[in-house]
Amino acid sequence: MKILPPVSISARGLLPGRWDVLAAVLVFGVIVVLADESRSLVAPLATLKSNPLSLSPWALPEYALRTTLRMLAALVVSLIFTFTYATWAAKSARAGTVLIPLLDILQSIPILGYLSVTYLFFLALAPGRVLGAELAAIFTIFTSQAWNMAFSFYQSLRTVPPELEEAGRVFGLSAWARFWRIETPFAMPSLVWNMMMSMSGSWFFVVWSEAITVGHTTITLPGIGSYIALAIERRQLSAIFWAVAAMLIVILIYDQLLFRPLVTWADRFRFEQEQNEEPPQSWVLTMFRRSQLIDAVAAPFKQALRWSYRLAPPPQVLPPMTRSAAWTRAGDIFWYGLLTLLILYAAWRVFFFVSIGVSWSEVIEASLLGLATMVRVMVLIALASVIWTPIGIYVGLRPKLSRLVQPIAQFLAAFPANILFPFAVSAIVTFSLNPDIWLSPLMVLGTQWYILFNVIAGASGLPSELRDAGANFQVRGWLWWRKIALPGVFPFYVTGAITASGGSWNAAIAAEWVNWGSHTVKAHGLGAYIQDATNAGDFHRIVLGIAVMSALVALANRIFWRPLYWYAERKYRLT
Amino acid sequence: METPLLLDVQDVYRAFPKPGGGELSVLEGVDLTLKEGEIVGLLGRSGSGKSTLLRLIAGLAKPNGGTVTYLGHEVDGPARGIAMVFQSFALFPWLTVLENVELGLEALRLPADEIRKRALQAIDLIGLDGYESAYPRELSGGMRQRVGFARALVVHPNILLMDEPFSALDVLTAENLRTDFLELWSEGQLPIKGVILVTHNIEEAVLMCDRVMLFSTNPGRIVTEIKVPMRQPRDRQDPAFGALVDQIYVEMTARRDKGPKLDRIAGTGFAMILPEVPVGLISGLIETVCASPYNGKADLPDIASDLQMEIDELFPVVETLQLLRMAEVEDAEIRLTETGKRFANEETDERKRIFARLLIRYVPFAAHIRRVLDERGSHTAPKSRFIDELEDHMTPDMAEQTLSAVIGWARFGELFAYDDDTGMFDMENPA
Repeated sequence: MKILPPVSISARGLLPGRWDVLAAVLVFGVIVVLADESRSLVAPLATLKSNPLSLSPWALPEYALRTTLRMLAALVVSLIFTFTYATWAAKSARAGTVLIPLLDILQSIPILGYLSVTYLFFLALAPGRVLGAELAAIFTIFTSQAWNMAFSFYQSLRTVPPELEEAGRVFGLSAWARFWRIETPFAMPSLVWNMMMSMSGSWFFVVWSEAITVGHTTITLPGIGSYIALAIERRQLSAIFWAVAAMLIVILIYDQLLFRPLVTWADRFRFEQEQNEEPPQSWVLTMFRRSQLIDAVAAPFKQALRWSYRLAPPPQVLPPMTRSAAWTRAGDIFWYGLLTLLILYAAWRVFFFVSIGVSWSEVIEASLLGLATMVRVMVLIALASVIWTPIGIYVGLRPKLSRLVQPIAQFLAAFPANILFPFAVSAIVTFSLNPDIWLSPLMVLGTQWYILFNVIAGASGLPSELRDAGANFQVRGWLWWRKIALPGVFPFYVTGAITASGGSWNAAIAAEWVNWGSHTVKAHGLGAYIQDATNAGDFHRIVLGIAVMSALVALANRIFWRPLYWYAERKYRLT
Repeated sequence: METPLLLDVQDVYRAFPKPGGGELSVLEGVDLTLKEGEIVGLLGRSGSGKSTLLRLIAGLAKPNGGTVTYLGHEVDGPARGIAMVFQSFALFPWLTVLENVELGLEALRLPADEIRKRALQAIDLIGLDGYESAYPRELSGGMRQRVGFARALVVHPNILLMDEPFSALDVLTAENLRTDFLELWSEGQLPIKGVILVTHNIEEAVLMCDRVMLFSTNPGRIVTEIKVPMRQPRDRQDPAFGALVDQIYVEMTARRDKGPKLDRIAGTGFAMILPEVPVGLISGLIETVCASPYNGKADLPDIASDLQMEIDELFPVVETLQLLRMAEVEDAEIRLTETGKRFANEETDERKRIFARLLIRYVPFAAHIRRVLDERGSHTAPKSRFIDELEDHMTPDMAEQTLSAVIGWARFGELFAYDDDTGMFDMENPA
């Protein structure tokens, strides 16, 4: 099982170009509307009182619990989104032409960028109450999880083996029953895996979203993230140390109690008929299975689902062509007409928003800063690749070592690197280092591990015959790296690098502008630009910054990563 | 008294839209009946539309023309009483053997205890006792297909459709399962009234069926019907058995002046849909036929059983030899031409020269690519251009297949080169 790269990379030739542009207009229309509407709301909300936090380590368990609950709530929302959005996109050709490009745009938007916009929106929904802030935090985490999960589910729905579908229909299963008994189980392993990946990425955002300042409004939700924010404000390294420890424990517990059981359970739904050499194990799942607790809990649901199958109409024959042409045309006209109206409205809003407050010089400034950030991301991914690829290969070829290192690498990828930023920043302040250089490593601090654990996975999957053949022909040294090791792990490396680079763009907003007490350390880049605009409550510059960053991410994906990905898949994938 | 008609297929036509416009028909004018107590075989090459016909009968697709009538009613969806066994088993890997078998009964909305009782009966009947709680991935291929049979039989269908049910199994396992099935069938233990079997294995058809319908390719038509009069259980060593197998070979390779040809590659000129036959197989067959005991001519059934090749593997090679005029086929006998014999006796370099000459003369599309490359100043051309030309005449899948066949042959003949990384054809081979 591997990470699914973003839509723009994995969906080769599937997307007509104009839909990407239109989807972008639609998404930015929504952001602009939110920004416009919430701008007027800033002032009255400034009165919102934040809860006083405590820096005592003993308060941490409660904060950790609140943080964890936010994650869980977001996961539930993400699942609901996945099952509806992806299913709609997969089942309706009409919807698919729009929904998938939309997903692509959403994937390339930096989550930390639009945080301020959505925060004000949700606060406006529940004025003066913590609920609004909670909803906003959950929404942020949701956006960091949902796109990947939905795309994985969509991909699975589209690749259900036709003979399974046929068997379902021959034996009289309704469309509803086929969805739950064939399509969902088939999609399960990939969904669970992507869920896990999404979750490990979203710890970063949950920490960030608990303490945020927009204009004059500061919102703090009790949690590990706000605990750290307070520690930074008071310059207490010991408190940050405690927070790191708490985070470590929380991720460990999450992994053991939720994901390990889930992955083990989902292994049953793997479609490949071969036995897994080493099926995943989970003591929690074993315990549940033995105690039949799950059976008891699941029984009423199963019964209800079974009952619902009986209500659904029996399967229909596929029409030889399609339904009557006139009917289809009418549907097309209605659907695309509606979309055109929506897109026109969005374009109109974006146009006005831009024409009022965005000047050309501003656009050029943002673009130049964007290029600076892009160079930083590329250089650091290259550096991380040079360091971790050989190490990953070395580890991956040694089964004992990789069994030890692999979980650590996955764990480090999940660990929210922004917790560690204060250590680096206090050093930069103390030694007066150049922030343009020394802040950059923070961008890959949390994301480089994707490269490491993907390369390890690739190297440990290298067929032993290939290695033996290399040894037999005495291929050694540089030649061995060039002809055997590097090509062997290349597809895995590319997937890891794509994930790492996407994460680094997001991290740029957090890493280019960092506080340590009253000191602010800033690098020149688009991340700092967006952060500056957020602090000033300047929505025009926020939206402009997001737009430039999304455009750069989308560009990098299409021009650089997609060709590389498919080249690797075609030429180096060992099947 | 006339036995009642289970199934009546009348003048069925099925086509798919072509990318360049127009339609590509896969089935034309197909008539078929199934009476109670019969096993009817549909025998033909892959691409002859026999699996498509099976799916029309199953109600998984609808014909563009003609009718499929089951017990007097037109089939307009998956019908109760028609069950199917799949080539790839199509078991649900997340369900146990028992759950897989129960699936069809659940869809029939039977009470739970009835479901359990009937499922256990079917499992018992098909010899799966003790495997109830196993998952499909824990079973061998033969056992998996037994689950496929149990799942189909448990719904007590009137018609059992079998889509090459034994072709994914090894020879011994397939024989074992076939024998078990026939035994249950002749003893009347199976809760079914008639069977339609899709196969590309001639011996299997003669062994199992009461009537065998022979299909032609591109488009799929039924060319002839052959009755198998022998009683079950049949003996492969029985001379009558061998005679019938030979007769089917003759029918399938017969030259016909009128009507569809079975022995020819479909289409002419650029519309030729070429099979992807590796050069190694071509040379191998030529060498085998040239050497003793065949000495230049051989009966196809003998060659097939000698080389352990099914017709789906053997016929494309034979057709390619015919196309390149390296062999002729008459009455199921293959005879090497002078060119074929010369090819067999030459060393690699001369073989390459002969092969290149034959490609230019008899494979219009290979000659076309060469000509385009010769005419262009750069001596290169993109793959996409040739694919587009082929797609004027065939589906995208067939175009891909045809082009890779041509590339494979041209590489051996050193007619031109192709770089898969760039998708470009050129004249240069690395020196």
